[in-house]
Amino acid sequence: MNHELIERSAAETAAAVNGGTISAVEVTRATLEHVHGVDREVGAYLTVLEDLAMERAADVDRRVAAGETLPLAGVPLAVKDNMCLRGTRTTCASRILEHWVAPYTATAVARAIDAGAIPIGKANCDEFAMGSSCENSALGVTRNPYDLTRVPGGSSGGSSAAVAAREAAIGLGSDTGGSIREPAAFCNLVGFKPTYGRVSRYGLIAFASSLDQIGPLTRNAGAVGSTSLDREVEPTAPALREDLRGLKIGLVREFDTAALGTLSSGLYQKAYDDLTKLGAEIVDVSLPTADYGLATYYLIAPAECSSNLARFDGVRYGLRVPGEDVRAMYDNTRAAGFGPEVKRRILIGTYALSSGYYDAYYVRAQKARTLIARDFEKAFADCDLIACPAASCAAFTFNAKSDPYSMYLMDYYTIPMSLAGLPALSVPCGWTDVEGGESPLPIGLQLCGPLFSERLLLGAAHAYESATGHARAHRPAVAART
Amino acid sequence: MSVRYEAVIGMECHVELKTATKMFCGCRNEFGGEPNTRICPVCLAFPGALPVPNERAIEHMLRAGVALGATIPEFSKFDRKNYFYPDMPKDYQISQYDMPLVSGGIVRYWLEDGTMHECRLTRIHLEEDTGKSTHAGSGDGRIAGSSYSLVDFNRAGVPLMECVSEPDLRSADEAVAFLESLRRTLLALGVSDVKMEEGSLRCDANVSIRAPGSTTLGAKTEIKNMNSFRSVHRAIESEIARQIALVEAGERIVQETRGWDEHNGVTHSMRSKEEAHDYRYFPDPDLVPLEIARDRIDRVTAEMPGLPAHRFERYTGEYALGVAVATQIIDNPALADYFDDVVARSKNPAQSSNFVVGELSRLANEHNVAVADSQVKAADLAELVGLVESKRINSKIAKELLTRMWAGGGSPAAIVEREGLAQTSDPAAIEKFVDEVLAANLDGVANYRAGKTNVLGFLVGQVMKASRGKADPARVNELVKKKLST
Repeated sequence: MNHELIERSAAETAAAVNGGTISAVEVTRATLEHVHGVDREVGAYLTVLEDLAMERAADVDRRVAAGETLPLAGVPLAVKDNMCLRGTRTTCASRILEHWVAPYTATAVARAIDAGAIPIGKANCDEFAMGSSCENSALGVTRNPYDLTRVPGGSSGGSSAAVAAREAAIGLGSDTGGSIREPAAFCNLVGFKPTYGRVSRYGLIAFASSLDQIGPLTRNAGAVGSTSLDREVEPTAPALREDLRGLKIGLVREFDTAALGTLSSGLYQKAYDDLTKLGAEIVDVSLPTADYGLATYYLIAPAECSSNLARFDGVRYGLRVPGEDVRAMYDNTRAAGFGPEVKRRILIGTYALSSGYYDAYYVRAQKARTLIARDFEKAFADCDLIACPAASCAAFTFNAKSDPYSMYLMDYYTIPMSLAGLPALSVPCGWTDVEGGESPLPIGLQLCGPLFSERLLLGAAHAYESATGHARAHRPAVAART
Repeated sequence: MSVRYEAVIGMECHVELKTATKMFCGCRNEFGGEPNTRICPVCLAFPGALPVPNERAIEHMLRAGVALGATIPEFSKFDRKNYFYPDMPKDYQISQYDMPLVSGGIVRYWLEDGTMHECRLTRIHLEEDTGKSTHAGSGDGRIAGSSYSLVDFNRAGVPLMECVSEPDLRSADEAVAFLESLRRTLLALGVSDVKMEEGSLRCDANVSIRAPGSTTLGAKTEIKNMNSFRSVHRAIESEIARQIALVEAGERIVQETRGWDEHNGVTHSMRSKEEAHDYRYFPDPDLVPLEIARDRIDRVTAEMPGLPAHRFERYTGEYALGVAVATQIIDNPALADYFDDVVARSKNPAQSSNFVVGELSRLANEHNVAVADSQVKAADLAELVGLVESKRINSKIAKELLTRMWAGGGSPAAIVEREGLAQTSDPAAIEKFVDEVLAANLDGVANYRAGKTNVLGFLVGQVMKASRGKADPARVNELVKKKLST
């Protein structure tokens, strides 16, 4: 087993494959071998794409031999299983799509593959991306590579676990309220949610259309910029920098540090101090409405989901459970096909859109959303970036958050940015010891910028992680197990 | 209808727009075809598929709005109408709820007596059509008792314009005239085929009755399943009669949806409208709002074609054409454009209309070619009208000429010149033909003089024939009569 190959960052692999010092086929074979060795424990993938991966790798080698330079040449990619990939099972980790084979490929996935990435597998997630721990998957358990008794975060938990366990160099995730940033924090990764709309959603199975956004999870910020998921707008390649001089970074006055629970706020104080050491000026900013983020989100997202998930009706594809008539067939199919959290959100959303409640819930939530976005706009008049925790705690043990509200609180810090459509990322910012834990657990710092400030954001994250080196402090034991 | 009651009718029309592709995907928009051959992940609502609006369909909406004198708001949006139905792939329909593309407007329509009327429109909005279900195993095609259903999604996602009128119509005649006028307008704009038989025009009628002069509205019924203008007429008449009978019998009219039974000529209550639907409308988060620039409306306005109601007023007013002839021309927008062109040149609407709806239309039907596409250019027809008007040729020659123009095209004056077809009024020339004919038909002359005056027509015909049609028929008639009575 060549561990050196699976340890490489995306940029290193692409450079080596483009330079001809190693072939995509070799990288892919090593990755698949590693996946076979560890994924029984980690459970990152719902489907391993052995044949497709080898076929794509051979194709990349041919293209490189023909003189092409591919930005993601031979880079092993984990694709969250809510993105369509033609000819492969695409399940959303739901019974209702358990055997559904996508007839087309999502735009972002197609672009990554066209750029030379090798799809290793379809990664587990919370059912229809609804959850913060991957525990809502109906099709498999994913464990945190840093502590197998703990969750990998969610909903993009399979992608985060795959990258952390070196089963891929880049994971594609989708973030609706924090579903990239929180699992990145739990798995010692950089998780990046671009500006809403920057990356095509075509082929991403919708949870909440006005919030969903595809983005990458990687082991370092430098690699994020090289994914080039979208070619229509200016490149996201970060303006790489060594320090943060000249940047004003805002700390949000209203963010409730009590939401951090058992997690020491001192760890974040240390992170903010590091930002200062790197030359940033820390300023105090105010987001008076940010505290309403959670309530706002849990009206808008379920409302959209109730409509988006109506199409899973047993008529055209996916699970069908027969019934006496078509109504009974709908009922039986949806009752058997959707898990409890999905059903809960469909019910909440249906209620919020119902005649008589629409104005009180949906319309008010939309107004609150506008106010939240305006608060950010005002705050960015006084600072370049905002820093805050990426999640309310470190990775927790299975079944620790059994009541929905405590799970929803995981996204307390990430949801306001989602509502405002802003680009945000999580970057490793330290480790916390847990009693009886296998090893210390990573925590993440969230950085957020104004709309379309990706270059600045990634550059700052890169400077921070290069200087602090938190991500490199520990490796998951499971990564060395093959 | 009884003078004790007044009917109050409003129409809801669904019109499929004529576009190359469907409303939100690239599938072809065509009628019929093998089931499920014009489908894709978007119009089948496959997981992850997203809509992209069809700009042409939006343009059609703007054109319809401007033509009907409606307001085009600067801001409009798409909403989702949520309900489960097997032929609706997403289980919601992309439609428009509170901010339609077109607001208000007026349909001006005329009745057979030539009077012009107006019906206000509430709104026109853009949405997508559903697929079609076929229920099998029940014998009568109904869902009740069927053992399975088949769905054809070829129609799913076809752009659909919904046009809702105010309750301004007062009779079945008015309702049909309204529909005809709306149909003519949309045809003139080229935004739809507007064929009821192919379902590109579908309509429902809301019918109620009240005392004449009353300003309140009675309980209404919504009539569905009308498949032709004739069935719209029959259904409304039947429903008005049913409602009057109920009221006369002291019964209450129930607000409900009723289906028209074409075979038995009655409306019947449709399955108790499954409570009131709550469609949970909300703005579609997959589609950005539409902002319509003023200069775009100005452009659409500047490009408006001739519209039926304007034409009708001009034809029956200034041109003094009959209602039937005017309507016949207007019903064919390309023909009306052609007619307008001819009249602009000939300045003789009556004679122009004679040719256009008469001989020229006959030739067009016979050869199955549209008049506007034929070799008879408007300028040539106008010239022909001029030749008849100036009595250079008579109507018989004109007919012949038209046949030749149809076959080979060209200027009729040139043909007349080349072949010496000009009508002759020269008395000496005509007298020569008359004398020859009378000399050759002594029996006829004798018979006439014996009182069998009906031979006159034959003799005149012979003279015309001898002149190869060029003689002025009036002069011939006069001269033959004169010679016979001397």
